[in-house]
Amino acid sequence: MAEETLDAESKAPLTRSSSELTHLADLYRQMFLIRRLEEEAARAYSTGKIGGFLHLYIGQEAVGVGAIAALKKDDYVITTYRDHGIAIAKGMSSRALMAELYGKVTGCSKGLGGSMHMFDKDHHMLGGYGIVGGHIPLAAGVAFASKYRNDGRVTLCFFGEGAVSIGGFHEGLSLAALWKLPIVFICENNEYSMGTPLSRSMSVEDVSMKALGYGIDRDRFFCEDVLEVERRIGEAVLRARETSMPTLVEVRTYRFRGHSMSDPAKYRTQAELDEHKGRDPVHRARADLKTRGFVEARVAELEASVEAEVADAVKFAEESAEPEAALLAETTYDGPFAS
Amino acid sequence: MATRQLRYREALREAMIEEMERDPNVFLMGEEVGHYQGAYKVSEGMLEKFGDKRVVDTPIAESGFAGIGVGAAMVGLRPIIEFMTWNFSAVAFDQILNNAAKVRQMSGGQFSCPIVFRGPNASARQVGSQHSHAMEHFYATVPGLKVVAPAFPKDAKGLMKAAIRDDNPVLVMESETLYSVKGDVPDDLSDVVIGKAQIARPGKDVTLIAYSRATHIALDAATALEKVGISAEVVDLRSLRPLDEDTICDSVRRTHRAVVVHEGWPYGGVGAEIVDRIQRLAFDSLEAPVLRVTTLDVGMPYNAKLEQLCMPQTARVVAAVTKVVARGRA
Ligand SMILES: Cc1ncc(C[n+]2csc(CCOP(=O)(O)OP(=O)(O)O)c2C)c(N)n1
Repeated sequence: MAEETLDAESKAPLTRSSSELTHLADLYRQMFLIRRLEEEAARAYSTGKIGGFLHLYIGQEAVGVGAIAALKKDDYVITTYRDHGIAIAKGMSSRALMAELYGKVTGCSKGLGGSMHMFDKDHHMLGGYGIVGGHIPLAAGVAFASKYRNDGRVTLCFFGEGAVSIGGFHEGLSLAALWKLPIVFICENNEYSMGTPLSRSMSVEDVSMKALGYGIDRDRFFCEDVLEVERRIGEAVLRARETSMPTLVEVRTYRFRGHSMSDPAKYRTQAELDEHKGRDPVHRARADLKTRGFVEARVAELEASVEAEVADAVKFAEESAEPEAALLAETTYDGPFAS
Repeated sequence: MATRQLRYREALREAMIEEMERDPNVFLMGEEVGHYQGAYKVSEGMLEKFGDKRVVDTPIAESGFAGIGVGAAMVGLRPIIEFMTWNFSAVAFDQILNNAAKVRQMSGGQFSCPIVFRGPNASARQVGSQHSHAMEHFYATVPGLKVVAPAFPKDAKGLMKAAIRDDNPVLVMESETLYSVKGDVPDDLSDVVIGKAQIARPGKDVTLIAYSRATHIALDAATALEKVGISAEVVDLRSLRPLDEDTICDSVRRTHRAVVVHEGWPYGGVGAEIVDRIQRLAFDSLEAPVLRVTTLDVGMPYNAKLEQLCMPQTARVVAAVTKVVARGRA
């Protein structure tokens, strides 16, 4: 390999304008950050510092990062319990995320929510939800409010293909279509709903077909390139923003870990997993950065800054205080109440 | 009669297997019950034994498959519907409330609904606000439903068999934290019937009334209380509806004091119902107000310490008993 220096980089031919390259670098940084945060979270889980359920997003980072890159700052995002990556992509700090996983009062939800419930009002991250499909009508409600107030915002609603069988999905889509709400429904089809492959949970193979009955637009693609995710979701976001019409987008992806930390994932073969890992969108973005002109030294610098951020987040979480019991009443009702 | 040591989950599985072998109309349906061998391994091996006609994996569609169960039961099948956890039954509440519980009366008694709904209930560990619900309180309020909540492997097996044979909808509240608990399971389970409580530990100074995991908390508390000279009797309800008020009140008439222990919120819960029965039926025997030790009246927090604070604990039971016993003894 040729000696790579910052000097060499300045001479390298750019296939994209430098601002586009910076953009890709930014997306790569987000994806790498999410991956590293979750790897550390898995480690902390194995030593009992994080408890309950922990559903990792590893392998799917490019979906959340690419999709959210297509948004404006004030747009809304809402998702399932598999929410760490989406919260980070929407702007939540690494510290707030890690502290929440540790159950600390400095976490985004003061340590009361945990892994499945990442909320960040300042960044319009409306949370992760634990009941499959339950948040889909809620997302339509957020879009309803945007239309009601004419605030020009778009809502992105993420869910797995397992959610497509439940009533909440159908009622949410049906109402969003009927009332022409500015929302994009993003089905992250990672092929398995817990241990159930899509072939045993749906009568058709193409999730996006569900849009047909509701008369809304649809899209369907493999998540390989984060920029392609951004572009495709961007079309749906534009449709929502300019014509207030919902879209159902099926993004085909794969989770590299078990459903949650307690799932040994015996329902798939190592060969299948390896094949998907060979097409890891995070590695792809790294490689693209380099072919498009980013030298190894700059990538390494970026990765070092991520490592520092992750280490800082873990230290912050470790050292933070636990929530006080007084929080329980305050977060149950607004104002005094009779019990 | 032979007796074996079984885990709670094995006892449930045995009950289902025996009933499925006995009656071809019995089948098991739910998420991950087959190929995955059960989210909590209760149905392990059952797909291999009975095939996918009788051990049916479903998509995530609780309202759908609960309704499928009710419809199939109306025309003669005897479904066992597993909820991966009872939390998710909230999505199917309409089917249970409006169809399973009502079809007998709505049809003037022409149709019955011999169905079992089952799964783990109440808190696990740090699974947060949406996954820690004690759902029995919602269901026990509904006429037309029976609700059971076994604490021991023997009762898990006996009540599961009784539930499958019952011609009414029976809801079996299991517990993730009990699945690995071992206990003696005799071949003869004729004393385990729906609607009958048991004295899990005899005592004379106070009655602790509990069910499911809380029975184990009550037993721990009784052991702790013994050390300070208080003899606590533990009534393990087993069945929440119908409720065995005779066993409860007989015990209270002897001890004159009672503390109810359960998971779930205090407001309008099963404990409130028990307190009502005691004050109506055993008023003259009471020496102290009946107290309840329940989950605190807030949603379940994720933080481990706060979760422990919210859940009923042995120490809280001991404290409540100490108060109750102090009354009228000055
Ligand atoms: C209503 C309901 N039923 C069951 C569950 C248990 N559960 C949690 S996640 C899950 C699988 C979901 O798969 P999918 O929607 O494909 O999303 P993924 O986990 O793959 O991201 C199940 C069955 C639940 N949380 N809510």
